Amino acid sequence: MNRSRLNWSLLIGALLVSIFAVAAVISLFWTPYDVTGMNISARLKVPGDGYFLGTDHFGRDLLSMIMAGAQTSIAVAVIAVGIGMGLGVPLGLAAAGSRGWLDEVIMRGNDLAFAFPALVIAILITAVFGASAVNAIIAIGIFNIPVFARLTRGAALSLWSREFILAARVAGKGAARISVEHILPNIANLLIVQGTIQFSLGILAEAGLSYVGLGAQPPTPSWGRMLADSQTLVGLAPHLALVPGLAIILTVLGLNLLGDGLRDLLDPKLRMVRR
Amino acid sequence: MISYLTKRLASLFASLLVASIVIFTVIEVIPGDPAAYMLGMNARADTIAALRSELGLDGGVLERYLAWVGGMLVGDFGTSYTYRTPVADMIADRLWISLPLALYALCLTIVIAIPTGVFAASRRGQAGDYGIVGATQIGVAIPNFWFAMILILIFAIQLRWFSAGGFPGWEKGFWLSVKALTLPAIALALPQAAILTRVMRSSLIEVLGEDFMRTARAKGLTSWQTILHHGLRNALIPVLTIIGLQFAFLLAGGIIIEQVFALPGLGRLVFQSISQRDLIVVESVVMLLVFAVIMTNFLVDLAYAVVDPRLRVAR
Amino acid sequence: MSVLSVEKLSLEVPGKPILSNVSFDVGAGETVAITGETGSGKSMTALAIMRLLPNAVRKTGGSIALAGRCLEDLSEREMCKVRGGRVGMVFQEPMTALNPVKTIGDQVAEAVRIHSGASRTEALNRAREVLNRVGLDETQFPLGRYPHQLSGGQRQRVVIALAIAERPALLIADEPTTALDVTTQAQILELLKGLVDEFGMGLLIVTHDLAVVAEISDKLVVLRSGEVVESGKTGDVLRYQRHPYTRALLEASAHQAHLPEWQASDTEVPLLSVDAVTCAYPVPKTSLFARRDHFTAVDRVTFEIQSGERVGLVGESGCGKSTLTRAILGLEPIQSGSIKIDGQPPHEVRGRVQVVFQDPYGSFNPRHRVSRLITEPFHLLKDPPKGDDRAARISEALTAVGLEPNVADRFIHEFSGGQRQRLAIARALILKPELIVLDEAVSALDVSVRAKILDLLADLSAKYHLAYLFISHDLSVVRSITDRVLVMKSGQIVEAGVTDQVLAEPNHPYTRTLLEAAPVLPDFSSIQEVSNDTKPV
Repeated sequence: MNRSRLNWSLLIGALLVSIFAVAAVISLFWTPYDVTGMNISARLKVPGDGYFLGTDHFGRDLLSMIMAGAQTSIAVAVIAVGIGMGLGVPLGLAAAGSRGWLDEVIMRGNDLAFAFPALVIAILITAVFGASAVNAIIAIGIFNIPVFARLTRGAALSLWSREFILAARVAGKGAARISVEHILPNIANLLIVQGTIQFSLGILAEAGLSYVGLGAQPPTPSWGRMLADSQTLVGLAPHLALVPGLAIILTVLGLNLLGDGLRDLLDPKLRMVRR
Repeated sequence: MISYLTKRLASLFASLLVASIVIFTVIEVIPGDPAAYMLGMNARADTIAALRSELGLDGGVLERYLAWVGGMLVGDFGTSYTYRTPVADMIADRLWISLPLALYALCLTIVIAIPTGVFAASRRGQAGDYGIVGATQIGVAIPNFWFAMILILIFAIQLRWFSAGGFPGWEKGFWLSVKALTLPAIALALPQAAILTRVMRSSLIEVLGEDFMRTARAKGLTSWQTILHHGLRNALIPVLTIIGLQFAFLLAGGIIIEQVFALPGLGRLVFQSISQRDLIVVESVVMLLVFAVIMTNFLVDLAYAVVDPRLRVAR
Repeated sequence: MSVLSVEKLSLEVPGKPILSNVSFDVGAGETVAITGETGSGKSMTALAIMRLLPNAVRKTGGSIALAGRCLEDLSEREMCKVRGGRVGMVFQEPMTALNPVKTIGDQVAEAVRIHSGASRTEALNRAREVLNRVGLDETQFPLGRYPHQLSGGQRQRVVIALAIAERPALLIADEPTTALDVTTQAQILELLKGLVDEFGMGLLIVTHDLAVVAEISDKLVVLRSGEVVESGKTGDVLRYQRHPYTRALLEASAHQAHLPEWQASDTEVPLLSVDAVTCAYPVPKTSLFARRDHFTAVDRVTFEIQSGERVGLVGESGCGKSTLTRAILGLEPIQSGSIKIDGQPPHEVRGRVQVVFQDPYGSFNPRHRVSRLITEPFHLLKDPPKGDDRAARISEALTAVGLEPNVADRFIHEFSGGQRQRLAIARALILKPELIVLDEAVSALDVSVRAKILDLLADLSAKYHLAYLFISHDLSVVRSITDRVLVMKSGQIVEAGVTDQVLAEPNHPYTRTLLEAAPVLPDFSSIQEVSNDTKPV
């Protein structure tokens, strides 16, 4: 296929993602201003003017808040994808490897989990345990499990009918061993690509949950809450809405481009081998 | 066909049953005593007991579950603790905003996405395709509530074509209400349309490579006739799945958008209830949302059978 | 004037030629065959005529004329009138060639409507006539049938029906019978011949199978790597074999491996004994309350293989031979009967039975190196060889199948189909098994490669005193490579006996049908010197 396009997706994606990842890491040690430090004399400053991205209605520096917010976004999304992969992939492998009743049980459970959108899980959890970033992680993580389980099962099933798996069975290997040795390496690409997509969906979901108050609570900095705070002032100071919004869009865009780039990079080879 | 239908129906009821058990367990069993939870830490024992009996919360877990499910079957969703009114009435009022909003957004999504996806697939690798793919790439990255804020900024605050929020009520006029739901529907629909366009495009591209498309060309159909008469219906099969998932997402996502536009829908109700610890309302709204998702999946399964004759025989 | 005239046709994908200067003619009522091995460009020739080439392929020269009218000059709109109107086309894969969501009636009627502008009713009536003509009568095959309700052969008849619905002047058939069983193949070839005679149309048939060529065609074009090696009257080309490539192809097609005499050993216990084995699958229930039905794939099958004996198992698709294979390998549960290898159940003695599968591309994990791939059966050993010992075993196995030992570090995508089948045999050999099951092991290979693999098997059987069960749909392959043959139909073994005897004097009517249906190359060896034009009898 078109080689230059492939490189662009990967390049721009990796660049955008690493900018935000680096910003998140730096914010652990240093931010231009104190993230929570209010300065009434410097309220609602527009970008430039001593503050690179301006300030909010309490005079807090937006750049510092964006950097610290990246921490929350990335942490929530990474852990949620980790939960989804960590539970979903073994479940999918087990379902495909066992067929029979175990497959049936896992897939019915999966169908059921699909009936609970992340927001609904978050509402349930929050209603009983109160709002927090941890609950947001759990909600998004649970939501990710059936996604990975279904993907893994589908890909694994198509591999199970292939002759090299039959050959491994003739060599006396059991379902568990075949799953780890033959199935997993051959679906790894697929999982990596889906992982980046779920990562970006996780960032969107975290922002949404924090926006309606079901996610990170003050003083934990969060892009979604920055947007919620900006709502009443959007006519007065549009940059309060634009800055965190663009941060979300660029991160998600970066992750999606990275996923596309990876798919183009990894997939044609795989296809060539599979014919 | 009959067996396909019975199978789907059985799985529909099983899903609803298990979902209701899960929701009931989370809301009424995990917190221990829901009445005590709703009243907070400083409540006196006799107040708690009074509330418990008022809300019908005494009795064993199984008894309460059966009462809850039995009540829902006849339209009794219990009584709200904060408003002391039947939950069913509260939900019915709010549903008249949330459901039309989700349907409106779904229509917009489909109307935008299907033609755009078909066009992009037919121009695969050309400038038009690249343009659409690039636009969808950005579209899927936009959080809908942020997009809603930007729409308000442009069309309500700057241009003053729409109001920034609120809902006049259907009795004040149909078109007035539709107008009030237009910006929210667009905010919900565009990011979803971006997703659906991508699915439509890749599904059709896959079908374009099938042998029967070549047979159709060899018959003498033009490439557009081939796409419309043979490609589209086959490509719609995965698209239907996504539309089903999206309706669920639009209904749930509407909850957030309602916050942005201050619409008195289910979202308002559920967030108020959470902050007021009105568990009975939360329980009912969540059950309703999950019911909607499961029903949508059931309808999508039926739609499959219409589109794909292979499913009509028992498999 | 000829119906089709192809003049110096050249095609390329950027930088790589696919066809160069290919020329031939097809006359009315004449059947022309294009043959060649994989990658010879024969299918591209057919697609070039229809102007349906894949996007990456460009025409670089030459011309194609239909009844004197140059096809390049036509606009796309005019070309659409030609396709399906003047020229019909039939494809290789009947299972995927029809739209799964439309009825067969609609699909045939569509071909009528777009060309004649007939009303829906008229078109459906015409579709009915054409379907009757191709042998799908209205009582069994109403117009409302969907493709998934038909077998492969029946679907191919539908494809033929929509190709001939408008009585084209030329019919192009691209490997029309390759995916079909021999008995179905014979019927489809018969149908095509009948249509050529009845309509007086030209038929251009693309096939890799020289026996099909000999059976059906008047003229023959032999292609190799995009160039015409030889062309002329089919009888002449096959008889005189002027070009070395044509001769090589013919020899490979008729290849008889030299199978060394089987030395029966004096042991009492047979190596493999299959005793009244039945395998059944549950069939999906038709309604929730119906009793669950079972489909019996293998029905009370009994046979034995002695140590060092080479046995063929022949049957058409769906006869149960794959299920039986998997049961022998211990991969499939059996409902009744017993399978014993040297007196023990299969899963206890896995290392003594190994397998080679059909698909040379799907048989290996693409992520592992050859050394790891072929040593996978070592998993069965309690104490697998390590270090030098392992390397020695690897190079021994590779050498045995005619590969260099130094290929052990390569990945599978670096090998051709024939080499992969050699590697699959190496993997099967590495534990020094007593029995190898070959499941359609040469069916996906070109004739020249197939001949070499058959020779290799014959050699190995002698060298290692190896018994094998050779499963195939093709009686002619079994002929030279087995001592005994079993013929299987609908889950049962209908005939068994010494290969030469069964093939020469079949007892069961089904075996006779199989033999009669299989197209055979006329034996030209005795009449090669005769130089008159009479056809060999």
